[in-house]
Amino acid sequence: MLTLLGVLVVVVGFALRVHPLLVVLLAAFVTGYTGGLDFVGITASIGKAFTANRFMSVAWLLVLPVVGTLERAGIKERAEVLVRSLRGATAGRILLAYFVLRQLAAAVGLTSLGGHAQMVRPLIAPMAEASAERALGPLTDTLRFHVRAHAAAADNIGLFFGEDVFIAIGSILLMKGFLSQMGIDVEPLDLARWALPTAGIALFVHGARLLRFDARLVQFLRRPPAADRRHLLRRGDDGETS
Amino acid sequence: VIGAEVVYRLAGVVVALVAVLDFQDRSNPRRHRNALFWGAYAIALFFGSNLPDAITGGLVIVVVASGTLGLGRGSPQTTPEEERRATARRWPYRLFVPALLVPLLTLVVSIGGKRLDVLIVAKDLSLVGLAFASVVALVCAVVSLRQPVAAPVRECQRLMNLMGWAAILPQMLAALGALFAAAGVGDQLAMLMGRVIPAQGYFVVVSAYTVGMALLTIVMGNAFAAFPVLTAAIGVPLLMRRFGGDPAAVAAIGMLSGFCGTLMTPMAANFNVVPAALLELPDKNGVIRAQIPTALILLLANTVLLYLLVRR
Repeated sequence: MLTLLGVLVVVVGFALRVHPLLVVLLAAFVTGYTGGLDFVGITASIGKAFTANRFMSVAWLLVLPVVGTLERAGIKERAEVLVRSLRGATAGRILLAYFVLRQLAAAVGLTSLGGHAQMVRPLIAPMAEASAERALGPLTDTLRFHVRAHAAAADNIGLFFGEDVFIAIGSILLMKGFLSQMGIDVEPLDLARWALPTAGIALFVHGARLLRFDARLVQFLRRPPAADRRHLLRRGDDGETS
Repeated sequence: VIGAEVVYRLAGVVVALVAVLDFQDRSNPRRHRNALFWGAYAIALFFGSNLPDAITGGLVIVVVASGTLGLGRGSPQTTPEEERRATARRWPYRLFVPALLVPLLTLVVSIGGKRLDVLIVAKDLSLVGLAFASVVALVCAVVSLRQPVAAPVRECQRLMNLMGWAAILPQMLAALGALFAAAGVGDQLAMLMGRVIPAQGYFVVVSAYTVGMALLTIVMGNAFAAFPVLTAAIGVPLLMRRFGGDPAAVAAIGMLSGFCGTLMTPMAANFNVVPAALLELPDKNGVIRAQIPTALILLLANTVLLYLLVRR
């Protein structure tokens, strides 16, 4: 039972809004301590796990110099101009188009087409913002952040519910490997087939939300939802960590 | 042979340069702390495989301590908006070439590289592909857009300081996940779940599996960590063996229920917290907030789907 103390630290720490890095380090120490390690042993196990997971940061870190250089040369401004020249482009439609393309590409295994650092920040978010601005005039901060958050959401949802339709993706291989350990044989193709209904529903549900996105923005402008008003009031205490 | 290690070293060099620039940046009130943060991280990235694990662990503590105390931000030396508009007018299409090169070249290497196993380690193909694509796109951007040679590092410094501590959170969480797994946290949770869910009706068991998968993913930050736990506790013994559900359907829909959890948790930092930082959202949970309605509807849909499909 004691092994679960680390999980408790994470849940309570995040709930109390303790600094995330500190929460994770504390949880690691608690887990190591309950496992009977001493200080040096725990530190070493953290170092080992940290080294083993370097790919987590490297995957987007190396894209940043390119993205930054393109921003310096005005790619965001260019994306905004481009979107203004497209008749009928609205924030909702831009996000919808990106979401659908992202999901379709992931479904045929092209998961690298997209991403927050390489696509969303330099291209998709500025295009969606510029379209919203064209329709609604200068955006308030809340509205601007709302549009940006949805640009990131479109990327995630498109990726998650597209990739499992492709047979050679990590999660399918994990499922097959795990089940075969339990003595159950499944074909990757069957796993992918059973991912199709959910993929279709995701396309429909999130697509419908994005179709209504422009109308929601107008509503939002007239009367910000209570949650966001609360959030606006609270924004002061977040200064250090944001 | 090029493998992940080369990529980590390259990343280590990039972060080290950022540390040096931050150290020299007198407009940043906390330049020393920033330099410590990025410097220690750069060493952990570059020398991770060579250093004793305890030293790397010590570096991690330094990184966390300086990150928790709070990083600063200088006034970055980048171009003013007017100049950006001017270059955008001058090269309306050329600007997009490097941006599109990144995904395209990644794709080419990760597909075409399979035949080059003398040159690239097969299991690191996508990582090497991304690194290669980034380098080529960067050279292309600097040359074709006539950018100063120092621009990439300065711009990288600007973006990394925008992200601050959020930049290393995904790696920290992944490390914690590995520690949890080694300590047997998953098995413990599975045992608990097994006790809580006795021989109930079919719908209760199905919901326990799908909702449990989402909840466990929210706690662990990763559906891949939650999947084996709950599939061993509920999926295989109850849904597949007792109720005779199709294993492929149970597993696939279970995993997708986990993905619904991924959309709702700050523990999945690379999907939810990093983009919030990259897009400069004041609310680190802004992306999660946008995703929650879709995630909940899809979780409900998965539960109903599993109930209907597997019952036959």
